[in-house]
Amino acid sequence: MSDEALAAVKARLKAYDGPRMRIMEVCGSHTAAIVKNGIPGLLSKQIELVAGPGCPVCVTPTDYIDRLIALSQEENTCVVTFGDLLRVPGSAGTLMQAKNAGGRAEMVYSPFDILAMAQAEPATTFIFAAVGFETTAPVYALLLDQIVEAHIENIRFLTALKTMPPVIDALCAGGADVQGLIAPGHVAVVIGSDAFKPLAEAYQLPFGVAGFSGMHLLYAIDGIVRARGRGTVMNFYPEAVTPTGNVKAQDLVAKYFEPGDALWRGIGVIPGSGLFLKPAVQCFDMGSQALQHDHPMNAACRCGEVLRGAIAPQDCPLFKTACTPLHPQGACMVSAEGNCLSVYNQN
Amino acid sequence: MCVALPGTVISCDGDSAVVDFSGNRVRAKTGLVDVAPGDKVLVHAGCVLQKMREEEAVELERLFKELGDVG
Repeated sequence: MSDEALAAVKARLKAYDGPRMRIMEVCGSHTAAIVKNGIPGLLSKQIELVAGPGCPVCVTPTDYIDRLIALSQEENTCVVTFGDLLRVPGSAGTLMQAKNAGGRAEMVYSPFDILAMAQAEPATTFIFAAVGFETTAPVYALLLDQIVEAHIENIRFLTALKTMPPVIDALCAGGADVQGLIAPGHVAVVIGSDAFKPLAEAYQLPFGVAGFSGMHLLYAIDGIVRARGRGTVMNFYPEAVTPTGNVKAQDLVAKYFEPGDALWRGIGVIPGSGLFLKPAVQCFDMGSQALQHDHPMNAACRCGEVLRGAIAPQDCPLFKTACTPLHPQGACMVSAEGNCLSVYNQN
Repeated sequence: MCVALPGTVISCDGDSAVVDFSGNRVRAKTGLVDVAPGDKVLVHAGCVLQKMREEEAVELERLFKELGDVG
């Protein structure tokens, strides 16, 4: 697109004086990119962006963290995880605190790092904390493929995998005050932009699939505003997203995982919104299905409403008082993609 | 957490490839996408997630024209 086209988009977004548009993004990377690029300041007061449940770490219930902590403290085990999970509070402390107290937890950037760890220490059971959305599920499926093929016996998974269309459906069915959605770009890379069509049509809402630059986001927001009231899916990230997505990745996920009901922290159980290891590969699971309780550390924590886009982080009484990045009361203040931490850093 | 970065495939070797990110070279698994040297790819969690396509500009122009027609 030309500079002129971008200038026209910016001018239109600033001058918009039509009906109020509340647009939800459901991807933590979008939330972070919106803050980093100062997007809200470029919009008319009639356009409001609201963050939804787009941070997988933030929607992981305390039961899951508690189970990871317990596993890290067992004999001859090691929990392997992405960094964010180390600091998320469970019902009694964090994985980092457990590690400092003698538990074993290692941080990695790629799940495949667990292969070398497992081969170096055959007497230790390595448990990957498999958290994520549709973007990450194929990576775990590929890892599992390699584990099965190589007959590696000392790797297990504790899964908290969730899928986007069911949670968007639940929010819309629950009457969320939104007039459009920025669809998660890298989830769409895997599942395809067509996956959002049934939702767009059912709720007569425009969905704009967006990339992660400021320009990507401005184009998507402009498109959503212009398509107000229409049940349509627009792909503003065509360099990476196709209508049908990465079919090879989808097939690999379907080989090892099946949908099931999943608990979203602060939201509740959403039917069919989780991915769990299939019966044939249950031997690799460390009890993921049983983790169905959430115990907020602080009763006043309003993470659930923040995650549903019902309130802004500033509306929570704990925000910036009892809840800060150094002393988070809820997961939204921990993850780099959490709604509360994003707003905290912005201010 | 769904962060994925665009890079260019430098070489392929079995089930992985070396991908260049502005001079920083990283090995990534290729089991989800068939790639060849020179391909622009998106990498997520040590794994190539998708090949990037070149025709995006044309598609965006088309989408904007459609929106102009209705909006």
